[in-house]
Amino acid sequence: MFESFTTRTKQRFCWPQLLLWVVVIAVIVAAPVVLPVFRLNLLGRFLSLAIVALGIDLIWGFTGLLSLGQGIFFAVGGYAAAMYLQLNSSEGQPNGIPEFFSLYGVDRLPFFWEPFHNPVFTLIAIWFVPALLAAVLGNMVFRNRIKGVYFSILTQAALLVFFNFFNGQQKLINGTNGLKTDVTQLFGQMIGSPEMQRGFFWLTCLMVFLTWFFVRWVVRGRFGDVLIAIRDDEPRLRFTGFNPTLFKTIVFAIAGGLAGIGGALFTVQSGIVSPQYMAVPFSIEMVIWVAVGGRGTLVGAIFGAVAIMYTKSLVSEAWPQGWLFIQGGLFILVVTALPEGVIGWLKSDGPRNLLSRIGFVRPIGTYPQLEMDGQDEVQT
Amino acid sequence: MQLLFESLFNGVAIGSVLLIAALGLAIVFGLMGVINLAHGELIMLGAYTTYVVQLIFKLPAMQPLYSFYVLVAIPIAFITSGVVGILLERTVIRRLYGNPLETLLATWGVSLILQQFVRSVPLAQAAGLVLALALGFSLPLLLPQKLLQGSRNRLIRFGSWCLSALVGVLFASILGSQISRIARATSRNVDVTAPKWMRGGIEWMDLTFPVPRLVIIVITIVAVLGVTWFLNRSVWGMRIRAVTQNRSMSDCLGIPTDTVDVLTFGIGSGLAGVAGVAVSLLGSVGPNVGTSYIVGCFMVVVLGGVGNLLGTVIASFAIGLLTDLIGAGRLITIWPDMPAPLERVVQFFATTSMAQVMVFALIVVFLQFRPSGLFPQKGRMVEA
Repeated sequence: MFESFTTRTKQRFCWPQLLLWVVVIAVIVAAPVVLPVFRLNLLGRFLSLAIVALGIDLIWGFTGLLSLGQGIFFAVGGYAAAMYLQLNSSEGQPNGIPEFFSLYGVDRLPFFWEPFHNPVFTLIAIWFVPALLAAVLGNMVFRNRIKGVYFSILTQAALLVFFNFFNGQQKLINGTNGLKTDVTQLFGQMIGSPEMQRGFFWLTCLMVFLTWFFVRWVVRGRFGDVLIAIRDDEPRLRFTGFNPTLFKTIVFAIAGGLAGIGGALFTVQSGIVSPQYMAVPFSIEMVIWVAVGGRGTLVGAIFGAVAIMYTKSLVSEAWPQGWLFIQGGLFILVVTALPEGVIGWLKSDGPRNLLSRIGFVRPIGTYPQLEMDGQDEVQT
Repeated sequence: MQLLFESLFNGVAIGSVLLIAALGLAIVFGLMGVINLAHGELIMLGAYTTYVVQLIFKLPAMQPLYSFYVLVAIPIAFITSGVVGILLERTVIRRLYGNPLETLLATWGVSLILQQFVRSVPLAQAAGLVLALALGFSLPLLLPQKLLQGSRNRLIRFGSWCLSALVGVLFASILGSQISRIARATSRNVDVTAPKWMRGGIEWMDLTFPVPRLVIIVITIVAVLGVTWFLNRSVWGMRIRAVTQNRSMSDCLGIPTDTVDVLTFGIGSGLAGVAGVAVSLLGSVGPNVGTSYIVGCFMVVVLGGVGNLLGTVIASFAIGLLTDLIGAGRLITIWPDMPAPLERVVQFFATTSMAQVMVFALIVVFLQFRPSGLFPQKGRMVEA
């Protein structure tokens, strides 16, 4: 299923690929001009979710760790950004602290808010705090060789813990209401203004590209080989002298950091960060983006996130009740019929196979490739 | 002394709800290795079944028997959730055995569909559908085996499905015309009112024990005893355990593993339905009632050790007692003059949701020392 990534043949320059790049760049350049601000904003949000999806692809598609708790890191990144913005625009407020504190009779800034006065610290915290959190949580789990399903369940439980915790802390971070960012100021402009939103759209596109190159660089190197080895046969890797715990912790931290960046970008574009970002369904939804796009394919993760979220917003506008049916159906369909995802299916000659099954292309009588020999044994 | 009893009772009450909810999951997860995230929604279906049964017993013709509707609801809820579980197993999960992560995703999809289903389909029609499914699954089993052999098999199966569909439609339309409250789809929460004998509480030693809690404890005890007996003493229970231990060997020895799968999953799902009856006695019933239980259920199963009923029992009561101890702030009552910083910490966690935070954190810490739960499965495999 995944061998297209383990082979490392030098790819020749080819026209279709160049064409694809041209189209993608053209779309990004044209989008702010063509799309109304509302749609552009949606597209920007979905692209920031694509960054999260790339992180999930890294830990699930390549390392085989299905985390159902990426929402923690996503929300923490969002909170980091929102805290800076709140502080930045609370000059005129009583006590010089964000307005909501006065609702709960708090007149002193909680200690962990203090460093967020500093923009440089915030820019680092957006990815470093989630990454650190992921490293600590991950290490606790991986050290005991808890893996597979147990890892998934524990991440989900951790997500619920954080969700409850953030929900209940009115006096620290405004609890259920979350932190609003769209009426805050940055560089003397409102975050919610169309100009700023356009700027954030460019920034998100840039970040998606950078993330994509970064993740590609990670999985194509020797480090990526170890990750794939962890996914395919962890005990064997251990017997060869590697320490999977270290690698898993690092890759989980990377994914956490990416989720944090995505969360921060999502927050400034949606105008609010709230504990709802840590809701259990949302984190599972993140997994399905990668599954539909194709785990183990980076383009698939981006494609899956953007396509599914866009479909979701379109369907929810037209037929509000229908989305859960469609989403549930997608989960079942992807797992039972399309385990490689859309991009994986395209890459593994899926359309040709489909056509030949219908009868348009005649199946080849001999073995097309020697590598297909005994494929099943390698898989299991 | 009074404090001890009160705390103990509350803990056992919370624990027994957890236990009855997690019991089915312990079977499905522990014996079959299937991560059933739709388990919460099967609980929800059981709760809705209780609601429908209650409305049926409110009809003039059934009024005299109204006070016993809970007892009738239990088997019906078992069948409802069991049938939906069997449908789920036959259509989706059968393709995914041995692949827990895939079952996790697929069952999550199923749970989303079920949640939306109860929102947008009238309960009367849903009841008709369940009845049709139950009949469709069971009719071929009731016919003599001889009839089903040969070429008539397909025809008879088709006929039985047609018949059950007809019965289902009839039932749905009768229900819809008789009880107007379930003739239309609604996404609002509904309330199950307890019969008269279940309201109030029993007083003993200056303490009040609420009767619904006691009923839940009794249901839980009966269910646990029943499952233990079934798995350890009955023929099918033995077959289930055999298939769990070694599927291919059981197959060679003539155990119908396919039937065993259906049966195991059906029983696990049915127990979720029974849990639904219990849940409906505690609060209002809505499409999201299941999601609030599912994570707790998994924590119980993981803490107790997978595939171990005794572990599940102990784990759920331990979690229940701990939740009560932390959530109700009993530590302060026990030790009134504790140091101020500690007291602030205890106060901080003394709400229901923060108690859950604390308990889950404690479980994660506990798993640091015993990674495979209280009672780990013994084995020599590399893949623990």
